[in-house]
Amino acid sequence: MSPLPQSIRLEIVTPEQRLVNEVVDEVVLPGSEGSLGVLPGHTPLLSTLGIGWLMYRRGDLRRYLAIAWGFVEVLPDRVSVLAEIAERAETIDRERARKARERALERLRGRVPGTDFERALIALQKAVIRIQVAEGAGPHEPA
Amino acid sequence: MANVRDYRTRIRSVRSTQQITRAMKMVSAAKLRRAQDRILAARPYARKMLEVLSSLATRVHPEMHPLLSRRPEEKLLVLVITADKGLCGSFNTNILNRARSYLDDLMGRRGDGAAAPGGVSPGAAAPARKVQVDVIGRKARDWFRRHDYPVRNVLVDVFKDVTLAHARDLAGDLIDLFSRREVDAIYLVYNEFKSVIQQRVVIEPLLPIPQTSFAPATPAGSTPSAPEGSEDYLYEPDREALFEALLPKHVMIQAHRVLLESAAAEHGARMTAMDNATRNAGEMIDSLTLQMNKIRQASITKEILEVVSGAEALR
Repeated sequence: MSPLPQSIRLEIVTPEQRLVNEVVDEVVLPGSEGSLGVLPGHTPLLSTLGIGWLMYRRGDLRRYLAIAWGFVEVLPDRVSVLAEIAERAETIDRERARKARERALERLRGRVPGTDFERALIALQKAVIRIQVAEGAGPHEPA
Repeated sequence: MANVRDYRTRIRSVRSTQQITRAMKMVSAAKLRRAQDRILAARPYARKMLEVLSSLATRVHPEMHPLLSRRPEEKLLVLVITADKGLCGSFNTNILNRARSYLDDLMGRRGDGAAAPGGVSPGAAAPARKVQVDVIGRKARDWFRRHDYPVRNVLVDVFKDVTLAHARDLAGDLIDLFSRREVDAIYLVYNEFKSVIQQRVVIEPLLPIPQTSFAPATPAGSTPSAPEGSEDYLYEPDREALFEALLPKHVMIQAHRVLLESAAAEHGARMTAMDNATRNAGEMIDSLTLQMNKIRQASITKEILEVVSGAEALR
């Protein structure tokens, strides 16, 4: 048995760009079946991703991203995230996210005729996550 | 002997050709920039996807999913991708030469044409392989019409605007073919975009999903994980659902990437070719102008001589 690795190489890519390629100590991911915490030496795992926030930590430095769909491969010393959508907390436009939340709520309350309920719900989830991630407070208290 | 007027006509015609090639170069440069942005953005995702899936293919049993199943390669499909248009230097010729020698290798045909060595041949010289060709791009279609190879499917006009929808259709067709066991393996022959002035002809397997040994090496600095590669994953939600979502998507992403590679490479090749053509036209104009001036001078000298000797005779 080889010794346990001390760190994780984290790569996050979306179809549009590569967002992260770093060595980190810990990763928390929004798996489709619930939040997943990954430390070095994790057993190999393959999971789809839901909508949520992703946190990674190097030393005391934590960073957050909003993530939606895709999948992740976890290996003892490597985590590869292939997300459909991913956005760093710093680059999220809060105002837009808030407006998107309002629009989605409006539609869910049934005030707009011909609403696709599923789509509105997804839009709402995405907006909420983006706001949480952008404000940096949400991720400690997952909704 | 050509006179000055002939030269003038000649120069004018070369100049107008030069204008066209220069315009084409500009157009290609603009298109190239867009195509280049797209392929550079698409690559990391596609590469990572291939990496993850190769690692997966190495770990799980090939019978877990139809797209992983490895069979003796008796029936092959080769996908040849060229451009729809010409005037891009040796872009299409390179692909077609390489495709021909590769196909001849596979089919056990040898000898016609100077086939370049070094084709990636899957396995030894086994006879009785059934090879089919899928063709993308008008230039490949025209070439295969003139040559005797079993073409299954033809696709043209995708390069004007490469979309995920194209890739999805293409991937769907290939997946279908492979799952129904009509072919045992699918290979791609295409031009990879290396840089603006460089393209590389690549032959690589698409299906079954290649195992790690074929995959690009892990980036420098990362230690290879789980070298024995026998450990299976934990799956969330479950294996079937995951594979069902992942494997077809992988094929689509790879198809998309390959189309983008070829499109970017084509524009790069055309830009270089048109740049050369513009420069050659310039050189040609210079040398024609020089010759024209020489002749003009000679005829002036001759006329002066005639006048002078005429005046001389009158005295």
